[in-house]
Amino acid sequence: MWDNIKILIDAPLFTLDMVINGLLIGAVFALIAYGLALVWGVMNVKNLAQGDFVILGAYVAWTLFNWGIHPFFGVPVAFGVLWVLGWIVYKTVVYRVIEHDLFTSLLATFGVAIVLQQSMNLIFGSDEQTVSLGMESMSFFDNVVTIQPTRLIAFFAAILLAIAVITFMKRSRMGQAIRATSQNPRSARVMGIDTEKVYAFTYSLNAAICGAAGALVAVIWEFQPYIGLIFSIRSFVIVTAAGLGNLPGVIAAGLGMGVLEQTGAFVLGTQFQQAIVVGMLLVVLLVKLILASRHRQVVEQ
Amino acid sequence: MFHYRTFMKAVAVSSALVASSIAANAADTILLGSAISLTGKYATAGHHAKEGYDFAIAKINAAGGVKVGDKSYMLEVKYYDDESTPARGGQLAERLINQDGVQYMLGPYSSGLTKAIAPVTEKYKIPMVEAEGASRSLFNKGYKYLFAVLSTSEQYLASAVALAAEVAKKNSKSPGSVKVALAFENDPFSLDVRAGVVDDIKKHGLKIVIDDKLPRNLTDMTATMTKIKALKPDVLIVSGHSKGAGTATRQIAEMKLSIPMVAMTHCESANLVGKYGKTADGYLCATQWAETLTYKDPMFGTAAEYNAEFKKAVPAYANKSVPYQVAQASAAVYVFKDAFERAGSLDKDKVRDAIAATDLKTFYGDIKFSPAGNNIAKPMVLRQIQNGKYNVVAPSAYASHELIWPRK
Repeated sequence: MWDNIKILIDAPLFTLDMVINGLLIGAVFALIAYGLALVWGVMNVKNLAQGDFVILGAYVAWTLFNWGIHPFFGVPVAFGVLWVLGWIVYKTVVYRVIEHDLFTSLLATFGVAIVLQQSMNLIFGSDEQTVSLGMESMSFFDNVVTIQPTRLIAFFAAILLAIAVITFMKRSRMGQAIRATSQNPRSARVMGIDTEKVYAFTYSLNAAICGAAGALVAVIWEFQPYIGLIFSIRSFVIVTAAGLGNLPGVIAAGLGMGVLEQTGAFVLGTQFQQAIVVGMLLVVLLVKLILASRHRQVVEQ
Repeated sequence: MFHYRTFMKAVAVSSALVASSIAANAADTILLGSAISLTGKYATAGHHAKEGYDFAIAKINAAGGVKVGDKSYMLEVKYYDDESTPARGGQLAERLINQDGVQYMLGPYSSGLTKAIAPVTEKYKIPMVEAEGASRSLFNKGYKYLFAVLSTSEQYLASAVALAAEVAKKNSKSPGSVKVALAFENDPFSLDVRAGVVDDIKKHGLKIVIDDKLPRNLTDMTATMTKIKALKPDVLIVSGHSKGAGTATRQIAEMKLSIPMVAMTHCESANLVGKYGKTADGYLCATQWAETLTYKDPMFGTAAEYNAEFKKAVPAYANKSVPYQVAQASAAVYVFKDAFERAGSLDKDKVRDAIAATDLKTFYGDIKFSPAGNNIAKPMVLRQIQNGKYNVVAPSAYASHELIWPRK
């Protein structure tokens, strides 16, 4: 561990390399987490199938790639395909569990996740797949800092998508209805908002966002049907850390997680990459607990 | 009373008929059993193994079956899908033995499943010849009924270390100056491979500069690659199933790393050449078997003949290379045939003793079991990807091509 820190002190440019790479992949994490924050905040459904929607989106892009279509067209196509799938999942499963407690929605979406994994395994096989564009990496400072163009494109695509979704939520009629429902579903209904429709729309939108993010995942990493869980975990950690309805927080936490994963794995070893994610969740929860108890004491006085 | 007697007679006659028909059936075929992964995460490899079993059985039956004493038997396998989960594998083994009356088992796919099934076959004293579980932890438990035709996992990449030391000497450098980077997945198989590699690194006196473990749900090795960028090792050794091989290959190219020697497992199943083309050139890949090796036997012919015939029999493989998982599965069936014939009996304990005494030359390599049950007669082979082709470069006795070093 100290050897690795020494490398970073001797050659600080390696840190720059990792920070840049961390930010680039962090944008994809933030996008996925934003979808989760939406579903969680509006419907109070903790969607454990989040990562599996992502992987399905990756398979959509991969299928198009095999048909000779450039994978970046996979982003809108995956968005559309997953939208439809999200709507079907909502109408068959999720609408039954919205009003119920936490564990019902966890169990139901966990079931959806398993069905998705096995279906992908049956359709696409269990082999690792990837979309390799063969683009030459850009190198700087004598190849100490390398940037993959695919990651760069994915970064900007994620940012664009996030901006589009945010604008939609702020400006459009539906976006306003979603926000109203998340604040108080009963009052929203009284005001004439069809909350059932809002829920269906929100869940579909989340699935679609995951699908688009998945198309980006396909060009950055290798994937297989069972790898979705780590994307679910990452998005849970990000949303928990940032808090619901805190969009800048979600983006910052997503980017931060990308950087932390990269540098942490460098210092501690790649085996700790995912432990770092969960460790971060623990720290966040502890800090929040301490802050909350302080707050209580202040109120009591 | 009269009625009762005739009734009893009828029962006796009919039960005798039933018994003799069962005996007649049993006399014609020898039933083997296997729980194999047809769905779940090992599905692809599980299918390879099943195709290998089926091909060997079809071939042996077509050549007249198995001769035990002066009677010929056909072979048949009863399969169950273990869904790639060890608990299910154990249950299915019980079911095969207790309900289906299986007396001889073929192994499942992967060390984990074998580990779950071996205690069951051991309990019922059922001989199992397996072809797809390489973990050395299978062979230090004192199992008496477990036999494996493949080389155990600590042998997988050990030859790469020897090769690196050899290259260093040839270039008049001391092996102590060779810097090695290790990246191994945190799972029983890869850690076994690592143990063999580390032993050989000590033996040859090379220097480990990076020793990273990879998480099971590996997607990203950038951190390890950044370390390689900083420390510039001469050799990189990777084992993390096909996702490790794929991720490493992809990220070595993405980060523009030049490493003179790269050795890994699972190149073929990760489809490195198909997915990454030229960027995988020069990689060394450990393999149990290759169709270019000079092994042969009277049943399957040479390795090349086996390869050609299998491709003809199973058209799905016509356009890809036959994975070694297929060949070793066929070899396991061949071991059973040989053991039945030498035992001259279908008594499972006699068959077990005959398997233990196996000393067989096959298209897959020599097979001879240690008292622990692993095959000690067959070496691991290293192939180098040269212009998109897998060519055997080590051990030198079987090499068909020269090692290209350093890789570009």
